[in-house]
Amino acid sequence: MSERSDAALEAPTASTAPDLVVDSATGVEVSLPLAGPGARSYAFVIDWHIRVVLAVAWYVVGALVYNRSWSLGAPLEPDAAWFGLVVLPAAAIYLLYHPALEIAMRGRTPGKRMAHVRIVTHDGAIPSVPAHLIRSVFRLIDSLPVFYGIGLVSAVVTKNHVRIGDLAAGTLLVYDRNDEGVLEHVSATALGTRLDAHTAEVVNELLARWETLDPDVRTRLARSLLTKLQGADRDTLDDAALRTRLRELAGGSRAQ
Amino acid sequence: MAADPREQALRTALLQRADAWKAAADRARRLTTHRTDDVNDAAKLVDEYRLLAHDLARARRLMPESRARSFLESAYAQAHAALFKPASHPGYALWSLFRDQIPEAVRWLRPHIIWVSLLFVSSVLVGGWLVHTYPELINLFASPDLIATVERGELWTEGLLNVVPSSVLSLQILTNNIVVSLFAYCAGFLFGLGTFYIVGLNGLMLGAIFAFTAQHGLDDELFRFIVAHGCVELSVMVLSGAAGAAVGEALIRPTTPRRGQSFQRAALRTGRVIVACVVLLVGCGFIEGYVSPNPEFPLWTRVIVGVGYWLFMIALLRGWLFGRSRSAVPIEA
Repeated sequence: MSERSDAALEAPTASTAPDLVVDSATGVEVSLPLAGPGARSYAFVIDWHIRVVLAVAWYVVGALVYNRSWSLGAPLEPDAAWFGLVVLPAAAIYLLYHPALEIAMRGRTPGKRMAHVRIVTHDGAIPSVPAHLIRSVFRLIDSLPVFYGIGLVSAVVTKNHVRIGDLAAGTLLVYDRNDEGVLEHVSATALGTRLDAHTAEVVNELLARWETLDPDVRTRLARSLLTKLQGADRDTLDDAALRTRLRELAGGSRAQ
Repeated sequence: MAADPREQALRTALLQRADAWKAAADRARRLTTHRTDDVNDAAKLVDEYRLLAHDLARARRLMPESRARSFLESAYAQAHAALFKPASHPGYALWSLFRDQIPEAVRWLRPHIIWVSLLFVSSVLVGGWLVHTYPELINLFASPDLIATVERGELWTEGLLNVVPSSVLSLQILTNNIVVSLFAYCAGFLFGLGTFYIVGLNGLMLGAIFAFTAQHGLDDELFRFIVAHGCVELSVMVLSGAAGAAVGEALIRPTTPRRGQSFQRAALRTGRVIVACVVLLVGCGFIEGYVSPNPEFPLWTRVIVGVGYWLFMIALLRGWLFGRSRSAVPIEA
């Protein structure tokens, strides 16, 4: 296993991130782009909001049920039911959110999922339960003095952008590559006959992103492609007709 | 784009396998998150792993900036993770943790336990001596309320149950103890100094408060309060301190070529002891909430509870509770 920055081998989705490169039995290395402090912070902020909302929601509902009135305050003489049913579960949601979800979701949390990152070991595998627990326990250090100061500084200055908990547990945060699909709009028969590999990817990309592209831009791109591939001038075709022509050229959707 | 017709043909041939890549990616994703009892399903993943490796190697050379290459990188990493995922047996893992791994980790920690125990005992003696010799120093170790209560001839623990119910007291105490214990462990990251500080400070406070209560004739009462839960609670403090010290030592005197790796090994190894500490502190919390502040329990009952729970701790840490033989051959923790 090694970590390196190799421009020639980087994926287009994470062109500036150094990679965790793991040897494999096939001789072809597994390459995982390391997540930096930005992605880490983004995931953490989302998770923090989720756990705060969940914990507060539990407390509010619990307090309303316990008090049997529109009051959220603690009773003057709190009993075991107050702590056991209102305070403790809310605290558990807040404190156990990360270890519980990371174990259950195999290195992910909702925030990490949204930030497209996940936790892996140095050999690219899903971390064990003890590793997840150690990683979480060391949050006590990472969160010092305030707002995860030590963890953030550690993520900035360390080579692999890891916090102390990661150092202790032997884990890393890597990007989940954006694997939306490949050639979903180009048929196998079109490949090699009507389209070469490069053009097939361009046509596929254009059809995949058709709805999200600016109409002027997609029309210009489609005209240019069709003119290049089919020779004739396509200036008279409208947006819908251009899309239909491109679909015909690509030979239909393989994904559907 | 390149004009070489051979490379063009190779690229096209590669992309024509896109359906196979998608099938492989779907299977890898499914097998990463779900179990399967179908051998053919698993065998297919092995074949597809090879296919992905082969095609990825080509894609890296022929079309390094393409979406196909990106897809292959993702699918290959997913297949790798699914294929090399260790078997999951939670029940066995838990049993093995308590029967073998914790006892081995404790055995490995023995020198640290001895040294941290010495530190703790020394701190208790020093704290006691300081307050015995210079009584005004109690202000450094105890709050004004506590000092005033003892000076009135009462212990702050008297009537505790009139203020807070046992269950609430237990929860508060066990939460606090667990946090202190985890801190003592994690603070080992500061080359062991943080751990020594926490253990030393707790020892000084205990010694100082005992000396202070002795000056007011309340030391017997304090002992009466502490004995039921204190035997294990103080042992756990030493144990988590020893784990923290081992983590610190791994940074000061690494056992591997890289300091980070040595730290990681020590943290994972000693982390098992912390699991035992947390379990034991839950018990301590309940004793401290229900037995210690309750005046109806006579001293002999408290001593039996304290010593009994301490023996339970020894049995847990030695693995005897889970069927580990006294003559078990040591394994690598």
